[in-house]
Amino acid sequence: MTRFIAKRCLYALVSLFILSVTIFVLIRVTGDPVTLLAAPDAKEADLQAIRVQLGLDRTWPVQYLHFIVGALQGDFGTSLYYRVPAGTLYLQRLPASLQLAAAAMAVSLLIGISIGILAAVNVGRWWDSAGKLIALLGLSMPSFWLGLLLINFFAVYLGWLPTSGRGTAAHMAMPAIALSGYFTAAHMRLTRSSMLDVLGSEYVKLARLKGLPESWVLVKHAFKNALIPVVTFAGINLVLMINVAVVVETVFAWPGIGRLLFEGIEFRDFPVVQTVVLLGGVMVIVANLLVDILYAWIDPRIRL
Amino acid sequence: MRASTIPFGWSPAWHRVRARTRGAPLVPLTIIGVVLAAALFADVLAPFDPEIGNLRHRHRPPAWVAGGDSSHLLGTDHLGRDILTRLLYGARISLIVGFTAAIVAGAIGTAVGIVSGYFGRWIDQVIMRVVDAWLALPAVSFAIFLAVLLGPSEKNIVIILAGVFWTRYARVIRGEVLSLKEREYVRLAIVAGCGKWTIMRRHILPNVINTSIVLSTLIVGVVIVAEAALSFLGVGVPPPKPAWGLMLADGKEGMMAGYWWVTLFPGLAIMLVVLAANLLGDWLRVKLDPQLRQL
Repeated sequence: MTRFIAKRCLYALVSLFILSVTIFVLIRVTGDPVTLLAAPDAKEADLQAIRVQLGLDRTWPVQYLHFIVGALQGDFGTSLYYRVPAGTLYLQRLPASLQLAAAAMAVSLLIGISIGILAAVNVGRWWDSAGKLIALLGLSMPSFWLGLLLINFFAVYLGWLPTSGRGTAAHMAMPAIALSGYFTAAHMRLTRSSMLDVLGSEYVKLARLKGLPESWVLVKHAFKNALIPVVTFAGINLVLMINVAVVVETVFAWPGIGRLLFEGIEFRDFPVVQTVVLLGGVMVIVANLLVDILYAWIDPRIRL
Repeated sequence: MRASTIPFGWSPAWHRVRARTRGAPLVPLTIIGVVLAAALFADVLAPFDPEIGNLRHRHRPPAWVAGGDSSHLLGTDHLGRDILTRLLYGARISLIVGFTAAIVAGAIGTAVGIVSGYFGRWIDQVIMRVVDAWLALPAVSFAIFLAVLLGPSEKNIVIILAGVFWTRYARVIRGEVLSLKEREYVRLAIVAGCGKWTIMRRHILPNVINTSIVLSTLIVGVVIVAEAALSFLGVGVPPPKPAWGLMLADGKEGMMAGYWWVTLFPGLAIMLVVLAANLLGDWLRVKLDPQLRQL
């Protein structure tokens, strides 16, 4: 187990290294980074001064070392618009993103698991077809359009919910539902197939042969085991939700990381864009590592 | 034969057509056919100019709503541009960007996957670590990052989306190649003295192409949504082009005033195309590549 964990950690470190090199190199091959880091109306003398100040006149390896040492100390550059460190901004916005992702996750698990199980239990019948249709719609509907539809209906037509901002549960309802759409469908499909697997297994057959009532078999034997893959998958999806929320957060002016990224685009605030992308990748790599380890802990066969 | 068993209008010709197309995914093919026709014949079908509107006809509702008129079937936007016209022209942008990006990503990813899987050892290690790292980057934010670096244009969007999505092909194709290269016919080809590149081209590539096609169909949908998202955020197709994502962004301002139709139809168009791509991908997956069924 220790060897397995060590190996996974090494892989994760390699991925983090490649990630940082990718970001570093892409910025430099696509143009002059100074134009991204300075105000658009800066003069050539100012640009040269910034180059020297940021060390951009040195060789790439030296620059990379500078960049990575800074990043390890939490220094991702200074926001051009807010004039504060980009890392600080990121941490300020993180709680809002986490809150939204948690709410969206709750919605997607609640709806996804219940319809998924109904579909698996009634396989081939009405509930199953309805579930398939809902899943297909959920997977095909862009989250931001779902958000716009919700605003049109619940905020403009009915006037029930506020269209933007953060504060009360009413503020959170629409963004959470919009963000959860795709994931509800994904969780529904996974629950259905996992539940079908479990229902076809030997121990469920045995439980039925023992003469247990069907509801007891479903709840006590099938449900719990069918949920294992869904819950692990949900862990990764939570991290994804935080990072794909940019369009939904923009629609609802939700002050999270996605909104920060959008402001980064709007204000041509490159250090902020770079920070959000880099830390998003780091978050996914760490989450994958944790899931790998968790899986190996649950199922010893994987350690081979 | 009683009349009730054969509905009126079901001629033998229709039966023959139906027999030949049995099992074909009619719903997605119809949607794709309609969108393709819209894209090809936009200049003929569209009644107005897609980029220039009539400011006196701003925010006209769709024809069937009170206040709408039949010249603007789906209404107009905040600049008085006809929404139906923009939808038809927008189909061009979506399809061209979506298909080109998916094909370019597929070509790169398939080539990289074959090389990585066939050579194995350190080459495979290096390539797969890069693929892992790139896959970890959330697609939307990675695409935004590249878009900010490269600047907005249709050509750049294709480059950006291909750069973001090739890794998904590479991972799957590499896995297929690992098992293919142990097959008898590949070993015989080696014994027969075929060069490495010949084997990859003649013996490996034809066997992974089905997987690539299935993946492409599914990725076209993802790419079209990604393009719409980039355009919506202002780093995709530059205005005033009639990209569907841009139309949604344009409609956002007027929503509070009740102009719901500006945001309804472009999103519906995106959803239908993606739905068709998903359905077609699922069908092809079963048809072409039974091994991928659980994917």
